[in-house]
Amino acid sequence: MSSSVSITLTQCSRTFAGGNTALQPLDLHVNAGETLVLLGPSGCGKTTTLRIISGLESPDKGGQVLFGERDVTALPIEKRDVGMVFQNYALFPNMSVADNIAYGLKIQRLPKAEIAHRLDEVTRMVDLQGFGGRRIDALSGGQKQRVALARAIAVRPKVLLFDEPLAALDAKLRDRLRIEIGQLLRELGTTAVYVTHDQDEAMALGDRIAVMQSGRIAQLGTPQEIYHRPANAFVADFIGAVNCLEVIGTRADGGLIVPGGELVATHLQGVSSVYCRPEDIQIVPLSQADIKGKVVQSIFLGQTQRLLVDTGGASPLQIEAPSRQRWPNGTGIGLTLTPRVLFHPDKPTVTGNAKEQAYG
Amino acid sequence: MTAASKQPSGAASYFRRQSASVGPARRKRLIALLALMPALVIFCAFWLLPFSRLIVMGAEADRSSGISAYLTILTHRQYLISLVTTVGISLVVSITAVAIAGVAGFFLARHRFFGKAALVAILTFPLAFPGVVVGFLVIMLGGRQGALAQTSLWLFGERWMFAYSLAGLFIGYLYFSIPRVITTVMAACDNLDKSLEEAARSLGANTWQVTKDVIVPGIAPALLSTGAICFATSMGAFGTAFTLGTRLSILPLNIYGEFTNYANFAMAAALSVVLGVITWMALSLARRLAGGNLGASV
Repeated sequence: MSSSVSITLTQCSRTFAGGNTALQPLDLHVNAGETLVLLGPSGCGKTTTLRIISGLESPDKGGQVLFGERDVTALPIEKRDVGMVFQNYALFPNMSVADNIAYGLKIQRLPKAEIAHRLDEVTRMVDLQGFGGRRIDALSGGQKQRVALARAIAVRPKVLLFDEPLAALDAKLRDRLRIEIGQLLRELGTTAVYVTHDQDEAMALGDRIAVMQSGRIAQLGTPQEIYHRPANAFVADFIGAVNCLEVIGTRADGGLIVPGGELVATHLQGVSSVYCRPEDIQIVPLSQADIKGKVVQSIFLGQTQRLLVDTGGASPLQIEAPSRQRWPNGTGIGLTLTPRVLFHPDKPTVTGNAKEQAYG
Repeated sequence: MTAASKQPSGAASYFRRQSASVGPARRKRLIALLALMPALVIFCAFWLLPFSRLIVMGAEADRSSGISAYLTILTHRQYLISLVTTVGISLVVSITAVAIAGVAGFFLARHRFFGKAALVAILTFPLAFPGVVVGFLVIMLGGRQGALAQTSLWLFGERWMFAYSLAGLFIGYLYFSIPRVITTVMAACDNLDKSLEEAARSLGANTWQVTKDVIVPGIAPALLSTGAICFATSMGAFGTAFTLGTRLSILPLNIYGEFTNYANFAMAAALSVVLGVITWMALSLARRLAGGNLGASV
């Protein structure tokens, strides 16, 4: 729909009055047409980064924001041609749905026919036909966010910015709207930056994800890279659940001795611990097990169940198991792990180099 | 004690309470009536009786015209002018105060600077003054010996005065209206959702458009309600007007004059009722428009 631009942040830091540093000097490049998700816990600097891109905040001296080749650092938000969607919808309560959506178009002084055409187009895109005359307070949360989305895309912005747009919605609606936003972004091909603290949202929407921690990017990569090759323990822990097995010793043949048994992982020599995801641990008969332990708790999750298995280590292992099998507490259980699924942030994985994308 | 053994006793007491509330419902109502009695007595003695007496008294024949005092207000030029003047000056004061203090209040709410707390304290200080002191201040500014008269005497050889006219009254009313509006507007601005302004700006709106489309609609209820309160206060302000001079023809002074100088109780009562009704209507209209919490109920 609109020609998309890339976004480049160079050495953008942000220090608030009182010396509070929200953002360490940051370099970030968002490709044209790409959706980049900024993911992290509250206070990690993701919203500050978004606001610097939008023009609502300026970077500290020395920082630079480029849209394509154009330096927009000094431009306020109203001159940057961005569309923004907020967590609290930020709809104008004194205007109808149609007036909200058409607001940017009226500001641009487009001809009446063009406004009507675009209004029709975007209301169809967000599935809000027939709602034009409604008052904002007569809408549900999901409908409000659709209106906000329509209002942002109606002006055909160069860049779309999302500030936790689904955080205020309930789980079911969040899933549905997430899918719709994903489709819409693909359809539009607009460069988008999406802030969230929800990893599922990040995985589903991001072409790439930047995981942020205390004002820095901890890792920048595709969802697969972030999940399967986390750059550090923080990323591994923040994205999905992760097990940490202490390495007690090494055998002459390279086997790693861990609580409850031993593992084969030739690519992980000399580490003090190894990591793996719960769904990568397989349950096998005790006779074939690499690691043995006792089930201390089983948590039923519907599709699956999460078993906590005590192998004698510092914390029990989390294991994903089929939901119909019963595991009474105290049952002995045998586990096996293929070398492929074991990782350590400082070591290359079996399939590739973990360091190549790390510490962006 | 286990949870199982506790449950029956809990259930039993629940049923007891249920049955207890059905029987002596009449007794309960009687107690409620008795408890309300003092409030009812005070309401009748200090509100209902005097007010109905006032309304009835206003309908009695006026001493000079011989017809009902309410009618006299509408038919006699002198009273009609006074009524229009009072409503007019109150309106102008309210609008001016809202315009001046609305901008100032918004600025104060949005900016942090050294000495802001002190400035807000100074700006709201006039709220502490009674009307008579405000009148005194106006005389010191625009009276016979006032600052303006002294300056103009020195510069042009003549005394310029405005204190004893409607202009003086206007300044005085404005003086005690502005602090009210500033505090209300500041509170309303603090409650404004900033992301609305950010959303408007992201859509390309400039400062003026954001003000017109987001900020003013957002604080409109506060502006309306505080304007109505300014209007009500100005309608009934007596101290300031009395200090500035009895030559002014405004309702509160008329009521005082009819009552004390001419013992024309019917006219005083009728003017009081008209003053009260207009003020109440303004408050209730603003309340309806703003949907907020104001003095008058609809």
